[in-house]
Amino acid sequence: MPKPLRIAEISPMLDFLALTDRVHAIGREIIAQYADEVDRNARFPSESLEALKAEKLLTAYVPIELGGMGLDISQLSKICEILGQYCASTAMIFAMHQIQVGCIVHHALGADFFANYARDMVKHQYLLASATTELGIGGDVRSSICAVKIDGELFTLDKQAPVISYGAMADAILVTCRQSEAAAKSDQVQVLVRRDDLTLTQLAGWDTLGFRGTCSCGFSLVSKGRVEQILPGPYAAIHSKTMHPFAHIVWGSLWLGIASDALGRARIAVRAEARKNPGVVPISGTRLAEADIVLFTMRSGLQSVLADYHRLLDANNQDAFSSFGFAIRVNNLKISSSNLVIDIVSRAMLICGIAGYKNDSKLSLGRHLRDAFGASLMVNNDRILGQNATMQIGQRD
Amino acid sequence: MSAQQIRELIAQHARLSVNANELGEDADLYSAGLTSLTTVNLMLALEDHFNVEFTDKMLGRKTFGSIRLLSEAIQELVAA
Repeated sequence: MPKPLRIAEISPMLDFLALTDRVHAIGREIIAQYADEVDRNARFPSESLEALKAEKLLTAYVPIELGGMGLDISQLSKICEILGQYCASTAMIFAMHQIQVGCIVHHALGADFFANYARDMVKHQYLLASATTELGIGGDVRSSICAVKIDGELFTLDKQAPVISYGAMADAILVTCRQSEAAAKSDQVQVLVRRDDLTLTQLAGWDTLGFRGTCSCGFSLVSKGRVEQILPGPYAAIHSKTMHPFAHIVWGSLWLGIASDALGRARIAVRAEARKNPGVVPISGTRLAEADIVLFTMRSGLQSVLADYHRLLDANNQDAFSSFGFAIRVNNLKISSSNLVIDIVSRAMLICGIAGYKNDSKLSLGRHLRDAFGASLMVNNDRILGQNATMQIGQRD
Repeated sequence: MSAQQIRELIAQHARLSVNANELGEDADLYSAGLTSLTTVNLMLALEDHFNVEFTDKMLGRKTFGSIRLLSEAIQELVAA
C-alpha cells in the first residue's frame, strides 16, 4: 500500500479523500496507540493533538485565504467521525475546538483582531477551549451570571465554571458572559481570553466513566484582555447560527465514529466465528446485519441535519437559524445520536461476547461503552427534550 | 393594541429580569431577558388575550423585539 501523502503535499488542490486517508493513518499509527493509556490514566492525549497540529488540522475550518484548509462542515464532520474511531477523547477535544473555530470564522473575521488571530491560529495551531456552563446556572448555556467588566479599552472577566474541557491545556478559552454588569442573564457576549491573560484555579477533577482524556475539570477562571477580544454581535446570534448546530453535528459525528468502530470490532468477531464453520452464517452475523441498520439510521440523521445546515449557511438567513423548526431538528440529532451510540455499542458487545467484555482483548468494547454513555449527559438529553417540548408548542407552519 | 395590556402580559409571562411596568414602548425586550424559549409563553398569553394566532415567521425579534412591534403585529392580525 502506498504511504498516504502528507497534507502539505496534497495542497493547494486539496484532495479530500487523500486527506481522510492521512487522518486514518494518524489514527492508526499514533492516536490508537495511546487511546487505552489516555483512557486508563485520564490524561490529555498530547501525542494525538501534536500529530493533528503537525498536519495543521486544528485550522481545518479556517478559510484558505487566511491560511486554513477551508473545509466545509460536512468535511469537518467526516474528520471527527474518523478520529472517533480511534480515540473518542481525542475526537471530542478536536470537535470542541472546531466549534470555537466555527464561532470565530462565522461571526468575527470581519474584525481585524480576529482575522489576525485566525492567521495566528494557523501558524501556531492554537487549541481553543470553551467556558459556557456556570455554577449557579447549570447547563443552560443561554444564561450567564458572570459579566464582562469594561474599562476603556480593557476588560476583566471572572467565571466559576463547573466544567472546562481541556481548559488547563488550551491556548485560549472562549467564555460566555453577560455583556455588562447591568445586562439580563440572557443578554450575553462571547469573549476570547488568552492563556497568558487568565488564571485557572481547579474546583473539581475529572475522574469519569468515559471521555476521560478530555480532562474536563471545573475551574474558577480569572481573566483580562482588550475589548477587541469580544466577539462582535450578541451571543444569541452566535448560538443559533453556529454554536448550537455546529456542536451537535461534530459531536454526533464522533459518536458515529465510536459506533462504527464498535461494529468494526463486531465484524472481526463474526468473521472468526464464520471461519470455524464454513458455509454456515453464524447468528452473530445476523445480529451484525441488524446493528448495521441502526448505524445506518444514525448516519442518516447526521446527513439530514448536515444538508439542512448547508442550505441555511448558503442562504445566510439569520431568522432561519433562529427558527424553532431548525433548532428542533438539531436537538433531535443530538438526542437520537446519543441514544443510538449506546444501542450500537451494546449490540456490538453481544456479538463480540466475552472478547468485547474483557479490558485486555483486541475486541474490547469497554472504552466504547463508557464513552457512549457520556453522549446523553453532555448537555443532558432531558434538558434538550424539555426545550423541544416548549418549541413544539411554539412551532407553526 | 393597548401597550399597557401587552406590558401586563409581559410582566406575567415573559420572565424578564426587569420590571416590565418600567419598559418603554421601544425598549428591546431581548436585552431585558426575553429568549426564544420564553417567547413561547408570552406568545400563548398574547394569543389567548387578543384572540389571534401568530405565524411561524413572527416568532422572532422582528415581532417580539419591543412592545411597539408587538402592538403593531397584533393590530395587523386582528385586522386580517
